[in-house]
Amino acid sequence: MECAISLKHVTKTFGSVVANKDVSLDIYKGEILSLLGENGSGKTTLLNMIAGIYYPDSGEVWVNGKPVEIRSPKDAYNLGIGMIHQHFKLVDVFTATENIALGLDRKEAFDLKEIRKKAQAICDKYHFEMDFDQKVYAMSVSQKQTLEIIKVLYRGADILILDEPTAVLTPQETEKLFRVISNMRDDGKSVVIITHKLHEVLEISDRVSILRKGEYIGTVDTKDADESILTEMMVGKKVELNIERPEPENPVKRLDVKNLSVISAEGIEVLHDINFEAYGGEILGIAGVSGNGQKELLEAIAGLQPVAAGGSVKYYSSEDGKGDAMEVIGKNPRVIRNAGIHMSFVPEDRLGMGLVGSMGMTGNMMLKDYEKGKWFLTDRKSPRNLAEQIKEELAVVTPGINTPVSRLSGGNVQKVLVGREISAAPMVLMTAYAVRGLDINTSYTIYDLLNQQKKKGVAVIYVGEDLDVLLALSDRILVLCGGRVNGIVDARKTNKEEVGLLMTKLRKEGEKSE
Amino acid sequence: MSNPVKEPFLRIVKRDEASIARKILVRIAAILFALVLDALFIFFVTGLNPLSVYVVMFQGTFGTSIRFSWAVRDLVSLLCIGIALAPAFKMKFWNIGAEGQVLMGALVTALIMVYLGGKLPGTVLFPVMIVTSIAVGAVWGLIPAFFKAKWKTNETLFTLMMNYVATSFVACAVNIMRGQASSLGKLNMGTKIGWFPQFFGQRYNINILVVVILTFAMFFYLKYTKHGYEITVVGESENTARYAGINVSRVIMRTMAISGAICGLCGLLLVCGRDQTISTSTAGGNGFTAIIVAWLAKFNTFYMALIAFLLIFLQKGAGEIASAYGLNDFASSIISGVILFCILGSEFFVNYRCIFRAGKAAKKSDEQ
Repeated sequence: MECAISLKHVTKTFGSVVANKDVSLDIYKGEILSLLGENGSGKTTLLNMIAGIYYPDSGEVWVNGKPVEIRSPKDAYNLGIGMIHQHFKLVDVFTATENIALGLDRKEAFDLKEIRKKAQAICDKYHFEMDFDQKVYAMSVSQKQTLEIIKVLYRGADILILDEPTAVLTPQETEKLFRVISNMRDDGKSVVIITHKLHEVLEISDRVSILRKGEYIGTVDTKDADESILTEMMVGKKVELNIERPEPENPVKRLDVKNLSVISAEGIEVLHDINFEAYGGEILGIAGVSGNGQKELLEAIAGLQPVAAGGSVKYYSSEDGKGDAMEVIGKNPRVIRNAGIHMSFVPEDRLGMGLVGSMGMTGNMMLKDYEKGKWFLTDRKSPRNLAEQIKEELAVVTPGINTPVSRLSGGNVQKVLVGREISAAPMVLMTAYAVRGLDINTSYTIYDLLNQQKKKGVAVIYVGEDLDVLLALSDRILVLCGGRVNGIVDARKTNKEEVGLLMTKLRKEGEKSE
Repeated sequence: MSNPVKEPFLRIVKRDEASIARKILVRIAAILFALVLDALFIFFVTGLNPLSVYVVMFQGTFGTSIRFSWAVRDLVSLLCIGIALAPAFKMKFWNIGAEGQVLMGALVTALIMVYLGGKLPGTVLFPVMIVTSIAVGAVWGLIPAFFKAKWKTNETLFTLMMNYVATSFVACAVNIMRGQASSLGKLNMGTKIGWFPQFFGQRYNINILVVVILTFAMFFYLKYTKHGYEITVVGESENTARYAGINVSRVIMRTMAISGAICGLCGLLLVCGRDQTISTSTAGGNGFTAIIVAWLAKFNTFYMALIAFLLIFLQKGAGEIASAYGLNDFASSIISGVILFCILGSEFFVNYRCIFRAGKAAKKSDEQ
């Protein structure tokens, strides 16, 4: 097979961090190559060097059999290389056509009609759907991504690089994307996909190349690969891919949510009459298409979201789950804490809500009990010890406990956050998308931690998006649809189809499941 | 080989955390480079001897004891406002209103000096002036904070506009106080009531002492107290603050009250300890210059002292050059501007390193 791109002994360092070390990799014409690796294994850095964002410290890049120097994205375009980044690079107030015109040569750029015609031809060829007069801010994530792909194709790219393209897509959108990618491959283009989702790798790609800690491990043909082989190459050791699910022991009622409704600042009812109970010693999964009220539900329970009148969340602290309950609604997080309600919350936005990015681990450990220090001073000694302990126990990779957490990789950020929340010895532990963006190894660490909490008798509430994981990890699954509880099912007895249906199709009033 | 594009001539690569030695070395190199650059300018454009110009520049601050005393006086005025701004800016509250807060503190001080000066004994007068100037400054800072906390108004515009209100108040009060006289002159000139006493023959000792104490206190406040912690969290992310149960509105208002209070106190220092009078230019633009001081020092009050010193030194030096050689103001400003530019620009070399094309080629041939 002919090589579209060959990387020869490419090395790239950032300061003292080696992002890529002596990587040699071939990308053939007319294939889909997956680049697989854990977070921080150097996938994006490697491809950024092909796309002209970074310049390698040493090593060579060959395109179509010739050594080339790629100094800027423009050089990359001239060589027929286009990259679709994880964070889209579009101008929000421009239409699709105008975004395509951006960065074209002067003469061409001002003939929007012609651009549109040519872009439409590309759409027809690969079966894209695109409204070229729509402004970018009015587009969905998937439409934006499509526009990025058209933009790259318009410039005549033969080699497309997609950085985690499915991270932001729904399953249906992912399917559509994969069809388009296959069309492009059949047209003779090379497509490189950066990902860490194994089932997608197996589904779409022809070959898989694996990076680990910046080093090239090897390439396998997808037809010869399976999940355990790939995982082993990626992680460097065998990983048990089964999620443990111990039977709940002696479940006692911890939370009783009744008639909970939330009206957003825009006046929309985002949660409608939510009722459920959470028990200690079980994991309650919450499923739903994202944006169906999951965020608001957890934030309402955590005291961060104003709740419509009549809603109540009762917290039972006693051993047997009976006796006096404490009302959570109407209190802010500090009041909840000081009332002796042991509730921990791992929010979806880790650095924007759960942690302070500019502070080190020590500073972040203090976030919820900084007022415990003597007089008007903060106490730094116990948080420092806690930070050391979490760093040790959860194997957080950080240059030091005072390095700003925003500089850590996503997985390590999450370990810091989950570590802190668990260290508070919660009775109720709520997590929102706890493994989003995390690699396999870290994801399984998090599942283990949640199971440990469950065994300790904590009521775990797990909001997730991956149905396979929800079905394997939870004891019961609550499905949210349109801000309503559309059913609570036994995770051991249900299947993907049933939950999928509950996620998308609202049952009529009065119908009851369970 | 047909290779249309060559390796870039210059590449910029981010460094790891630079060592302290490197930081100091880079800055020294920057100053030397600036002096060489300035020497060329002085020699070729003005035709003067660069060395003697530098000596004169140095003398602007260190020439005589009175000049040094003036320089320190201006340094502490600037630093005091920088300290006041530090907590607000650390909270990402863009307080552009220090000028007005200082003026208001100065105004009440002056009014009390004039109208209560003869009626209250000195032991009562000073505490009254201190309390009111701090209170008025705090209120002036609190107003925009209150609106921001309650209705999310834009604090940049709000604080900026409050400056003009304060300036008008002062202009009005000055007109009333001077009556028929052509200018206000020193307040209580005959009795010197409300003037800070001199110690050890130095006029500005009290101002210096107060600002030194504030420098330490603010450093400590931001770094080691619960309030300081809350300020950092709110500045980083209001959502995180809410998540932690911090009352964001209260922190915003409290911090701005502190920021305004120190500005108000600065107004008192200016009136009692420096000018013994008041005018619309009492703050003299320091409220804005202090923003630069606070930002460049990244809110570390000790760095602020260094940067304030540098700015004052350059300003005094430029003035001295202009008068000693009869130079155009612009020429002397260029000389001090080049130094400032080089020192600020050297930040780049602390954080980044450059790789030239030749460097790589040379390395390759070594390997072969």
